[in-house]
Amino acid sequence: MFTNTSNRTPQMNEILDRRQLSDGIIELTVYEPRVAAKCQAGQFFMLRACPRGERVPFTFSDWSREEGWIRFIFMVVGKTTSVLAELRVGEYIQDLAGPLGRPSLASHDTRRPRVGSDFEGLPPGGNVVVVGGGVGTAVAYPVARALCEEGYQVQAIIGARTADLLILEDELRALPLAAELCIMTDDGSAGEKGLVTAPLKRLCETKQVSHAVIIGPAIMMKFASATALDAGVPATVSLNPLMIDGTGMCGACRVSIDGQTKFACVDGPDFSAAGIDWAELMSRQRSYVDEERMSHGSWLNEKQHEHDDCDCFEGDSIWRKTPAPAVANPKSESSLSGGGA
Amino acid sequence: MNGQNLPNSRTSDDAVSKNEMSSDALANDALASDVLPNDLPRTRPVTRAAKPTRHRPSREPRHAMANQPAGQRISNFDEVALGYSAEQALAEAQRCLQCRNAPCESGCPVEVRIKDFIAAMIDNDLPQAVTLLKERNALPAVCGRVCPQETQCEAKCVLAKRGEPVAIGRLERFLADWDRSRPARERNRTKLQACKHKRIAVIGSGPAGLACAGELSLRGYHVEVFEALHAPGGVLAYGIPEFRLPNDILEDEVAALRKSRVTFHMNAPIGALASCEELLEEGFHAVFIGVGAGLPRFMDIAGENLNGVYSANEFLTRVNLMHAYDFPTWDTPVQRGRKVVVVGGGNVAMDAARTALRLGAEEVTLAYRRTQAEMPARDEEIEHAIEEGIKLLELAAPLEVVGEDGWVTGLRLQKMELGRADASGRRRPIPLEGEEYVHSCDTVISAIGTLAHPHLREVADVEVNEWGYLSVGEDGQTSNPRIFAGGDIVTGAATVIEAMGAGKSAAIAIDEMLSTSGGQSPH
Repeated sequence: MFTNTSNRTPQMNEILDRRQLSDGIIELTVYEPRVAAKCQAGQFFMLRACPRGERVPFTFSDWSREEGWIRFIFMVVGKTTSVLAELRVGEYIQDLAGPLGRPSLASHDTRRPRVGSDFEGLPPGGNVVVVGGGVGTAVAYPVARALCEEGYQVQAIIGARTADLLILEDELRALPLAAELCIMTDDGSAGEKGLVTAPLKRLCETKQVSHAVIIGPAIMMKFASATALDAGVPATVSLNPLMIDGTGMCGACRVSIDGQTKFACVDGPDFSAAGIDWAELMSRQRSYVDEERMSHGSWLNEKQHEHDDCDCFEGDSIWRKTPAPAVANPKSESSLSGGGA
Repeated sequence: MNGQNLPNSRTSDDAVSKNEMSSDALANDALASDVLPNDLPRTRPVTRAAKPTRHRPSREPRHAMANQPAGQRISNFDEVALGYSAEQALAEAQRCLQCRNAPCESGCPVEVRIKDFIAAMIDNDLPQAVTLLKERNALPAVCGRVCPQETQCEAKCVLAKRGEPVAIGRLERFLADWDRSRPARERNRTKLQACKHKRIAVIGSGPAGLACAGELSLRGYHVEVFEALHAPGGVLAYGIPEFRLPNDILEDEVAALRKSRVTFHMNAPIGALASCEELLEEGFHAVFIGVGAGLPRFMDIAGENLNGVYSANEFLTRVNLMHAYDFPTWDTPVQRGRKVVVVGGGNVAMDAARTALRLGAEEVTLAYRRTQAEMPARDEEIEHAIEEGIKLLELAAPLEVVGEDGWVTGLRLQKMELGRADASGRRRPIPLEGEEYVHSCDTVISAIGTLAHPHLREVADVEVNEWGYLSVGEDGQTSNPRIFAGGDIVTGAATVIEAMGAGKSAAIAIDEMLSTSGGQSPH
């Protein structure tokens, strides 16, 4: 855990801590006391990594109101995340605005009443399972923590492709969970081998839980929420469409729910999973795949060129080890989705 | 085209003009007096206006403003209108009749002293003209470019009755640009009143917010502007394209405000970071809300979430604010459609269509459910769009966006005809049964207006009307006496200058309120 030991007051948007969680997954801790004072589980912020950068949404994985920092976790997949990965402690994020979107649990804020939230009908004390897939676990963690604080009986399932890509395992274990943390990997290198849907199905069918919160890449949320809904358990998901402004002004993030258009940035990002048009969401997420690849490619070229005469480029640069040739999902950039699984 | 052949022989002139304008009492009144009226209106003078000594209005036709040729400008984002030269501007000023009652000024939402600044121009006193212009308008370079003068000041010009009003907007633009071209220390600096040691928060840095901030800083207040995006300007930054309002003009105007006690907080979404009530508790003496009507309206038809369908807000934000035209130098991309249809007939629709053209579209079509005559866009914008090769599809209402594999392939349109006039005075379009067709395209841009933000209540807990806009009194005061509002968030989508007018009158009301409340801090 990060604690500010220096006497100097940090500057706005200064990076206080940087942790490499695994190959290609990075956690940044940024000083932004205005945002840290207000943010809640499930909310996101908009970030620009450089002066000509895109506005990209990221979700809070942690924060400290006292020390004035926020934390987020991302996987290096494109230009923005590559630039972020290059930043070191003491450097600055170009622009950071938030907290945006509605909190998962509108707990302590009377201005954002619980009405409309998925937890409206579920009194504290109820059984909830929180499922995190890939980097989506970074978002699932604060939601699980908030649910614990509210007095819910919380179980947690996290999944990743392989053991190396599992994140926040220790942090989740440290929560007062109602049962042992369940870990799933595609290759069986940690926990059980298989997908998160298997344990989720067990929990839902045996009626051990009365609500599921599922956060991860769209495809994972689609199948996991279908599993819960089939067993008669309502599910909440955190959607991750493309965004530009993140404040409700452009409508790039619109999603269809029961045939109605909603803006993920102001109406979400959390939605009840029933009725979501997943195919549309995934199609819209992919609409700039080529441009994303081009943007990242030209950045890599530029970088390589800068280092023509030295060998530092070959060194420890994280994006060097994980070239991002096939960007499957451009905005999996946003840790709203993760993009890990 | 220059000032040399200004008609000065009064004999021939008078005869003609009296005949021509005999039906026009106002004009006669102005022309009948040989010299300028001595009695300038008593209510206004703040800065004394120069009076042209012996003004004989020129009888030249309205001077045209040079534009970048259409063929050239469709492949760049440089400004279309090039502005008057000094000679043209002075010659155009000579056309002003200097009417006793200056009807033009009543057409201006911020009541710019049009007659007086033109008088100074007639006397060739440009510094004085700038001072007079800026006295009432904090952003003349912006207004000279984007105001719909033909329905405001120029509509009230006596010469408009002959179809050729004085080109007030072009003169305003010329003066503002002339001032900007001077070395910084010579430039007009409006004098700030003594500091009143009071803080005002302005929410939103669009036209309403900037005008309010400007007026309050003049009146001696510390103003802090909160903007949710990373750049100031609101719609001036994300909405109005570079070829209509170059970015450096906006930057200049913002820089001028920064110099005069106005602080800008970027990346500060009020509502999320703090509510207006919290700002008041924090020590602000009053708050002005000028957040605009930012929520884009969609067409509410099938297929509108296909890839390739944009709101005009998204399309313009990508290109203007995020510089997508310069991708990949800038990181934000935009789909460069080959066949683009823009739905709508307002200024935003024109901006979107002309932007799509500049991004390389082969064919750009404006689909509008009425006809060109009913289009709400400024005449000049429509003319420019047509000159550039944009096609108008009149009497066409969208029914469905047709697509394949998640992408747009066409827009199904309903043919309309015009029926009786509706409440807005425009003839209502009526669908012609069975007359539908598909217009093939790969991009659809919906430019049919905006709505109030649904979560306004998080910004301030004040009364809203049935459409979700803020309810305010005449001076912009909301149901919370320390919270004021103006611009689109009160009126719904309107013009830049109307928002500025609202911002300015709210600033005056805030000043009055704080001056009469004895200068006490609320806490």
